Amino acid sequence: MPLLPKNPKRRKRLALIGLLIIGVGSAVALATVALKENINLFFSPSQIAAGEAPLNRTFRIGGMVADGSVKRSSESLEVYFEVTDTAKNIPVTYNKILPDLFREGQGIVAMGKLGEDGIFVASEVLAKHDENYMPPEAAQAVMDAQKLQSTLKGN
Amino acid sequence: MWSFIHKHASPKHFYLLAERLIPWLGWSTLILLVVGLYQGLIVAPTDYQQGESYRIIYVHVPAAWMSMFIYMVMATSGAIGLVWKIKMADAVASSSAPIGAAFTLLALVTGSLWGKPMWGTWWVWDARLTSELILLFLYLGFIALESAIEDRRTAANACAVLALVGVVNIPIIHYSVEWWNTLHQGATVTRFDKPAMATSMLIPLLIMALGFKLYYLYAMLLRVRVKILESEKDTTWMKELITGAKK
Repeated sequence: MPLLPKNPKRRKRLALIGLLIIGVGSAVALATVALKENINLFFSPSQIAAGEAPLNRTFRIGGMVADGSVKRSSESLEVYFEVTDTAKNIPVTYNKILPDLFREGQGIVAMGKLGEDGIFVASEVLAKHDENYMPPEAAQAVMDAQKLQSTLKGN
Repeated sequence: MWSFIHKHASPKHFYLLAERLIPWLGWSTLILLVVGLYQGLIVAPTDYQQGESYRIIYVHVPAAWMSMFIYMVMATSGAIGLVWKIKMADAVASSSAPIGAAFTLLALVTGSLWGKPMWGTWWVWDARLTSELILLFLYLGFIALESAIEDRRTAANACAVLALVGVVNIPIIHYSVEWWNTLHQGATVTRFDKPAMATSMLIPLLIMALGFKLYYLYAMLLRVRVKILESEKDTTWMKELITGAKK
């Protein structure tokens, strides 16, 4: 290896740096694996259905707003919807202003408490944006293509 | 190969090389930023979901990339300084720190401004946002440590070690959105399959990213030159250079 220093002192220092990075790296890796659950910002509906989420304590739930599940009250801001990860659905109620991006099929993260009745009472709803960026016409084209595909499959 | 590196890593050659590069870097930065901003803010189409607000991506994403890139440059040159005792490597590391800190802050502030209308909150303690905040603290720690130690070489060594320890944060920032459930969305451009962004939106982003990178080189070389002027002021070549320039 022509790049390695010939001077033994320098070799030693280089080795020490390598050890330092490996050491710190594995320490942090172990710590993050141990803390994995705590670093997660939210629980998925499946986790909640499996009883992993704490009862009567504030936590966050994340998933998609289930299609056709949003029901708004005509007198107040009260809104009911279901959060899904396609496997399980969790019902959520909320009575404050929803973010701009909130709509059916949109990813959201809601903070609140799970009641005894299995309904999640949210005190804050945040929209989770996806990583796709495209002009409206392109989005329309994608939707049309998907529709066409599903009708073709249906036949 | 080593003699080549040592020649260019000498303060004198580095100083003269930087002098020649700086105007080129400065002008290319200016052109790229003007073109990139015009393309990004005016020409690029609106987003199907976010409307006009997504345009902050043209500052936010390049700034976030730079915050990590500069940290890697800082840590690498810190390691080179530790092992080979090359003065210029230490100068590059210490000149990079404030620029990197500024880009990190810019990424955090623009992200926050975007987060309020889109997510509904200025800040949330998710893994991506928190690890980027830690990166800012690493930069600030580097700067503070450097100014706290009087002796220049001791300061450079201590800072290099700090920078190297902090390297572990870089993969965490990048993969945080995959390893954990976060509010921040996943990677759009820096992923293995094709970018999840229309080409007409992607090109201005890449122009801006290149512009930011050249700006960093420009600002970093300016700062390194000042450091050389300061540390080499008693050498013969510097005296000759300065008095020669006056004649």
